[in-house]
Amino acid sequence: MELHCLSIHQLAAELAKGQVSSCQATEHLFERIERHDPVIHGYLELQQDAAIAQADRIDKRRNDGETLGPLAGVPLAIKDNICVSHGRTTCASKILGNFQSPYDAHVIEALNAADAVILGKTNLDEFAMGASTENSGFGLTRNPWNPETVPGGSSGGSAAVVAADLAYAALGSDTGGSIRQPAAFCSVVGLKPTYGRVSRYGLVAFGSSLDQIGPIAKTVPDAALLLAAIASHDRRDSTSAELEVGDYLAEIERPVKPLRIGVASEYFGPGLDKEIAQAVRRALDLYESLGAEIVELSMPLNKYALAVYYIVATAEASSNLARYDGVRYGYRDRDSKDHIDMYSASRAHGFGAEVKRRIMLGTYTLSAGYYDAYYLKALKVRTLIKQDFDKAFEQVDCIAGPVTPTPPFKLGEKIDDPLTLYLSDVYTVMANLTGLPAISIPCGFSSAGLPIGLQLTTKAFSEELLLRIARMFEQATDYHQRKPKLQS
Amino acid sequence: MGYRPTIGLEIHVELSTASKMFCGCPNHFGDPPNSNVCPVCLGMPGVLPTMNRQAYEYAVLMGLALNCRIATFTKWDRKGYYYPDLPKNYQISQYDLPLSSNGYIDLLVNGQTKRIGITRAHLEEDAGKNVHDLPGCTGVDLNRAGVPLLEIVSEPDMNSVPEVMAYARSMRQLVRYLNISQANMQQGHMRFEPNISLWVFDDAEPDGGHYTPIVEVKNLNSFRSLERTVAFEIDRQAGQWQADPDGYRMDKMSKQNRGWDDVREVTVYQRHKEEADEYRYFPEPDLLPVEIDDAWLGRIKAQLPELPIARYARFRKEFGLDEKLTTLLTSERGTADYFEAVVQAGASPHRAANLIQSQGLRLANERGTDVAGLGISAERLAGLCKLADEDKVSATTAAGIFQAMLESDDPPEKIAQDRNLMQVSDTSALEAIVAEVLSENGKAVADYKSGGKKAKKARSFILGQVMQRSKGQANPKVAGELIDRKVLGQT
Amino acid sequence: MPAKIDPDQVRRIARLARINLTQEELEQFSNQLSDILNYVDQLSELNTEGVEPTTGPLKISNVFRQDQAARSLSSEQALANAPCRHGDFFAVPKVLE
Repeated sequence: MELHCLSIHQLAAELAKGQVSSCQATEHLFERIERHDPVIHGYLELQQDAAIAQADRIDKRRNDGETLGPLAGVPLAIKDNICVSHGRTTCASKILGNFQSPYDAHVIEALNAADAVILGKTNLDEFAMGASTENSGFGLTRNPWNPETVPGGSSGGSAAVVAADLAYAALGSDTGGSIRQPAAFCSVVGLKPTYGRVSRYGLVAFGSSLDQIGPIAKTVPDAALLLAAIASHDRRDSTSAELEVGDYLAEIERPVKPLRIGVASEYFGPGLDKEIAQAVRRALDLYESLGAEIVELSMPLNKYALAVYYIVATAEASSNLARYDGVRYGYRDRDSKDHIDMYSASRAHGFGAEVKRRIMLGTYTLSAGYYDAYYLKALKVRTLIKQDFDKAFEQVDCIAGPVTPTPPFKLGEKIDDPLTLYLSDVYTVMANLTGLPAISIPCGFSSAGLPIGLQLTTKAFSEELLLRIARMFEQATDYHQRKPKLQS
Repeated sequence: MGYRPTIGLEIHVELSTASKMFCGCPNHFGDPPNSNVCPVCLGMPGVLPTMNRQAYEYAVLMGLALNCRIATFTKWDRKGYYYPDLPKNYQISQYDLPLSSNGYIDLLVNGQTKRIGITRAHLEEDAGKNVHDLPGCTGVDLNRAGVPLLEIVSEPDMNSVPEVMAYARSMRQLVRYLNISQANMQQGHMRFEPNISLWVFDDAEPDGGHYTPIVEVKNLNSFRSLERTVAFEIDRQAGQWQADPDGYRMDKMSKQNRGWDDVREVTVYQRHKEEADEYRYFPEPDLLPVEIDDAWLGRIKAQLPELPIARYARFRKEFGLDEKLTTLLTSERGTADYFEAVVQAGASPHRAANLIQSQGLRLANERGTDVAGLGISAERLAGLCKLADEDKVSATTAAGIFQAMLESDDPPEKIAQDRNLMQVSDTSALEAIVAEVLSENGKAVADYKSGGKKAKKARSFILGQVMQRSKGQANPKVAGELIDRKVLGQT
Repeated sequence: MPAKIDPDQVRRIARLARINLTQEELEQFSNQLSDILNYVDQLSELNTEGVEPTTGPLKISNVFRQDQAARSLSSEQALANAPCRHGDFFAVPKVLE
């Protein structure tokens, strides 16, 4: 197999055997990036010198017989809303176009401690707001499976570079599906951990009660490996859980038995693409053939999740994004006469349309007279949705369903219709509202050859179980091994 | 017709923690601009706040001292407004669930006790500082951004300038007693926002009346400006009401914000910003709630010292001191503690109180410290008090020895001996001096003996001569008795 | 709840959010925000009487930090990203009190 096609586990084995050096792997990827990324545009910034220097350091330490971290010498990509003290952190926003973080996010410290190599920063919808990566302030990203379609979003850059073998894996962030939906669109594995499992310190906040960093990888064991590296308690994040991190890899190959998988009939409503419905049904059949019991669930509150999500996420975002004012960092309008005008002009020019729209929506629902009707109401329905899931998990170990209502859509198709685009998140937002862990794994392709994902959700802090269940399907199928034909 | 001022006061107090409210930056005044900052208090992208336990406990302690109900469950909220000194453009504060509420404080105003209700006291983060005297721009210094800030809101229970001042001063005294703030006005540790209106009533029907529109004056940072602002507003509102008795009423005009102009000493109208009340509060998702149980509350309660008003009453009763002296001694916890330690070590309360008042507080003030900070242990001062109590040194000499003790670690007795300041009460040593003086001043002796008009003056003159010849060491009482005996033959 | 947010309301919200909008944006947002709010209005179908609001997924409390001070950034690092500075101050256009 070609060097860039290897999984992290395979690459690590080759590195350990001395068949290949980290420098070689890293340089090889940069060559590939140079060839293919002009079309895909998954990366916003490459950190070639730093990456090769780090790969070289790891190679030397390996030659010296030193004990190395679990991701030693593995080249990875980072979504550009995660702060790295090297280079720029832009969130794909013009308002942060030249921002250089003075600190590393917790997950970056963790990757450094694991001896990983960071290739660069990947594209996203501005401030992670979107489902297509078309809302980037610095150009859109194309889906490696079909460059006329979107890679999903907001972690579209991360998913695309992993799918195109331009990185061995990547970090993304997920507020309403931003890891899982692009993973599904690009036929890679995307995991949103339980809220609190991975520190948010250094993740540029969008919806603080929903955001979570997670891995995007080629295989389930790779996702497990990456999660193990970044998950831990962090005092700098009060919402980070003080729970021990499980050994996600120890029993990942051992099938879960007995296994009860719940399926909500509401998931298969009229909004769902037929081919996706079929692919998900086939996946459930496969689980059944592997010994799982499929349990029909009714989760009638699911249809309200999207409304709750868009109220909560935008309210929090309107506050989180208030700090971009051109005073301490970021873009500043130079023609303003007073500070109020300077704020309003800087934000008008610095933010893109979708970000403005969401700030406006969040400002509105928090403003006097509307708080109770929208925001407070949403928080109450959030409680009901959580209770729904708690009840479901009394009956089943796992809930399965589609990740997206449609396969990857065409570039520009939904850009002018925000509400339709918001509906892309209809299956993914529940995990964020409830904080539950959820994974997207490849489960097929449409007749047009576009990827389809399967979503699995388990109880809070049960990533070990979730990964094992996902691995059962992966072992029994070869969707994850298929590669897109790249244009250059 | 008459009117009664109705005043409520909002006070912001910076707590004297080592670090800021939500990050580990030093909470320290006077450093170069933007040197006590980190990504968190700069509001950088991606940062998260973490709660300072000490600040929370300080706030609870104050709540207890103010007889408040301490909430067993509180949370944090974001208060949104845009201002250059507010880095995140929201302030982390407490909105609907303050950590303490429904309390009161008792004040002594002109010898009377007055109870002022405390609506609530909650914790929040301070903003930075905008510096306006730079050429062509406003400068922003974020060293203060994130310093823990306690906001104490009173009921509108104050009815006069003296009451407002007593309240404000009591608050400063209280936070200093609790040791939760230095309450240094020059460093902006305390800021006041009075709400002032007048209750206008007919003398014949004191129950039926109306209020003048409430005026809120923001950001006063000295007692002086608070005092002048409140006095000015009372007069101004009275004038307004007299000029327009039917229109200048709360039910006909909305609340007004005014600012204090320190130069012209007037309050000036401030345009009410349309969005001023649109803070868009919502629960802070980056922080978790605080739940306080009995055990924790008990541990904080145990740290409560005897509060100023209780201590005042006890000092008056236990030591029989007058109002003025007691007020002085109890004004600061350190002074009161020191005084009690001196008494504990054997000094008479009056002697100790007088020496601390006349010498200790003056010297401490000169040296910019407090009485305990002068470096004279309570035991040593008690030693000095005993010398004076036993007439071994005069009151005047004792004052001198107090000063000398600042420079010397010797016991007061040794200082007195070394400097020949001990009083001579030994009659045999004094007799020679008296005899000498009498023989040299025949006229004065005669005047004294005559018992006429000049006798009193003559006796003083003779005693003065004796004191002079003894270089001040003669015990004046003993010397006087000797003179009387020799001249008048009295015993 | 209003079925439509008119451009005046959009202008008021934009002022609160400190974002200048063009006339075109005002009208566009008026339509789009109205659509979205109409969609989320479906929540009013649900009876939420007596339901406690959920502000976050975690059910924990009392996460504190010890009161220990440590220096972090130098003022140079703090000001490194500043679009405009005056000495060691962040500089903004004159703020009128």
